[in-house]
Amino acid sequence: MDLALTILVEGLGYASYLFIVSLGLTIIFGVLKILNVAHGAFYAWGAYACAFLIGEFSTMGVSDLGTMVAIPIAALAVGLVLGSAIERTIIRNLYGRDEVIIVLATFGLFLVLEDVILLVFGVDPYFAFQPTLAIPGVQIGGIYQDGYKLTMIALSLAIGLVSWFVLNRTHWGKLVSAIIFDSDLAVAMGVNVRRVFYVVFVVGAVLGALGGAYIAPTISVSPGFGVEVIVLSFAVVVIGGMGSIGGAAIGALLVGLLRAYAVLQWPEIELFVVYAVMAAVLIFRPEGLFAPAKARKI
Amino acid sequence: MKSLRYAGVLGAGLAGVIALAAPMPVAAKDTVSLGIVAFLSGPAAGPYGVPGRNGAEMVIDAINKGTLPAPYGTKGFAGATVAAEYIDESGGNTKQVSEYRNLVQKRGVDAIIGYVSSGSCAAVAPVAEELQTLTVMSVCGTPRIFEEAPREYVFRTMSHATADNIAAAHYVKEMMPDVKSYTGINQNYAWGQDSWRDFSLAMTGLMPDAKVSDKPQFPKIFAGQYGSEISALSLDDAELVHSSFWGGDFEAFILQATPRGFFSQKKVVLTVGGVSAYRLGKRLPDGVAIGSRGPYGILVRDRDTPLNTWFIKTYRDTYGEYPSGAAYQYAQAILATKIAYDKAAEAAGSFPNEKQVREALTGLEFESFAAPVKMALGNGHQAVTEHMYGIVQWDEAAGELGLRDVKVYPAECVMPPADTTSVEWIEAGMPGAKC
Repeated sequence: MDLALTILVEGLGYASYLFIVSLGLTIIFGVLKILNVAHGAFYAWGAYACAFLIGEFSTMGVSDLGTMVAIPIAALAVGLVLGSAIERTIIRNLYGRDEVIIVLATFGLFLVLEDVILLVFGVDPYFAFQPTLAIPGVQIGGIYQDGYKLTMIALSLAIGLVSWFVLNRTHWGKLVSAIIFDSDLAVAMGVNVRRVFYVVFVVGAVLGALGGAYIAPTISVSPGFGVEVIVLSFAVVVIGGMGSIGGAAIGALLVGLLRAYAVLQWPEIELFVVYAVMAAVLIFRPEGLFAPAKARKI
Repeated sequence: MKSLRYAGVLGAGLAGVIALAAPMPVAAKDTVSLGIVAFLSGPAAGPYGVPGRNGAEMVIDAINKGTLPAPYGTKGFAGATVAAEYIDESGGNTKQVSEYRNLVQKRGVDAIIGYVSSGSCAAVAPVAEELQTLTVMSVCGTPRIFEEAPREYVFRTMSHATADNIAAAHYVKEMMPDVKSYTGINQNYAWGQDSWRDFSLAMTGLMPDAKVSDKPQFPKIFAGQYGSEISALSLDDAELVHSSFWGGDFEAFILQATPRGFFSQKKVVLTVGGVSAYRLGKRLPDGVAIGSRGPYGILVRDRDTPLNTWFIKTYRDTYGEYPSGAAYQYAQAILATKIAYDKAAEAAGSFPNEKQVREALTGLEFESFAAPVKMALGNGHQAVTEHMYGIVQWDEAAGELGLRDVKVYPAECVMPPADTTSVEWIEAGMPGAKC
């Protein structure tokens, strides 16, 4: 029982940050049809901005708990400023282009943004551990779990619910759904697709940055760490189905729980398990488990 | 568009002019050019690459000015000014081989010094032999460099990783004799796997009654997230945890395990914890045992010798912080090369050629900044030094990290003799070890 509980908590913890990052990646793909490799850079910029702000707030005498305000500030600042700038200057020139060009362009953008991090923040890793000290831990499954991780699970659950609500219960959600279903038809119906593209890209960038900002207090924020998350996020969205929000949630949960099971019970397969699941999905259901329905054009 | 669904897996140096019987320190060559390789970006830059480069830069500056303490106060390498070019070690082994070839074949450097990663060293060692270029490895740990093939052009001026893990086992036996079981968390590549192998083999010999866990953890290098691994180690009955984590992985592990009370629940020995000691400061938990890959960094901070005192003071004056292990290790490689040039020049009576420098470095014994170094293994190409471990204790009065129960293990205790490999020696019960 203790083991099952531990696998559940660890799996949810890992899935929660993956979900937040993958959600941004998958909605950008679903709406803009842009496979945004530069999404890992939003994650890294979010983490750096958050770690920097937490350090500044802490120096100013803000309490450990109070420094958590840096998380939304960093995510919004990075998402709004960097996301807007990139969409307006680069991404909008890629709409409708060949997939290979899009991947190469966003990969190049990722490399540039990673190097700009070195210019702005230097090579020394940043520590921003204060929030992890502020939230008390709890005993679950016979071991002590840190409270910060539990708040991350709650945050991703809230983001999942808000995403569902926005998509299914709001005017904007219906516009987005219409574009995902058939962007040509949406244009014909008078939807300002460019405006929706811009908003969705910025929201996706905010989510990528939020994933990085929330994880920053638990890691040594150092150059190059955005690579790992973009690979894992791709695995998540491939498993769940590219462009599917529900798929991102299920993909993240599968990856998180299977990885936790492997680490706790069968450490030898930990490196292999995530990609084995991805390969199995690609073999038996190449469009992913929850790929959105596609309009058939005649 | 369908294909997109699968896209997720997408010096110029010149030949030395030999002066005819010119007495030292007159140089027949104005400049010795060095390529110095260290992580200048990526997760290893902060803990290793930058302090390593700083240590090299500081010592080269002192060598060029002739301000190193006695007996190394002569200017330059055999009188020649040292010019250094710094290369980033990030980017993988293929890139390092390309960088190496570029330094030798296009930039024409006289020697290459550096490398932190065992992967980099293993990749460039055969290229150094092919291009016949003096290469002095400063940090990398894998014992395979000199155990798998004899080398003519490659040297390493510090002990290899076997010493870290044998010394760790000795320290556990000495300071934690009641330990009944142990496990480990090490990165899943050559460094982590070799470290765990050497530690568990040494523990089998030194503490045969201690039980080894059947679930040691090997997370991917640079994984960053260790929540599940910390839970697995917490649920494991093993009392002691061994880790050779380094760089950003090490720091992330400390930050994630500390709020979970991990370090009050388990005894922990961190073979390279000393490297990040100054960076983590109070966040490095009291009670953990740390090494620093030999007599370097925080482990020798209180060692009161003229060379060490100069090194610490100059480094602090220059960079505003204590020198960590990597600073010592890169500085040591530069110092060894200077001594070899000077010694070769003295023997030749003129500015030495490359072969004479290699001959002078082979089997060299010298007093380094913190401890004596003997190029004793690998036909005189692999150094041995003493090794140290201590237990972390925050010094509230001084407001800085300190160590207690520091133990020193002689090189002959923790490094294998010349006629055997590390694994064979440990498995044989470390015959002839002088502890």
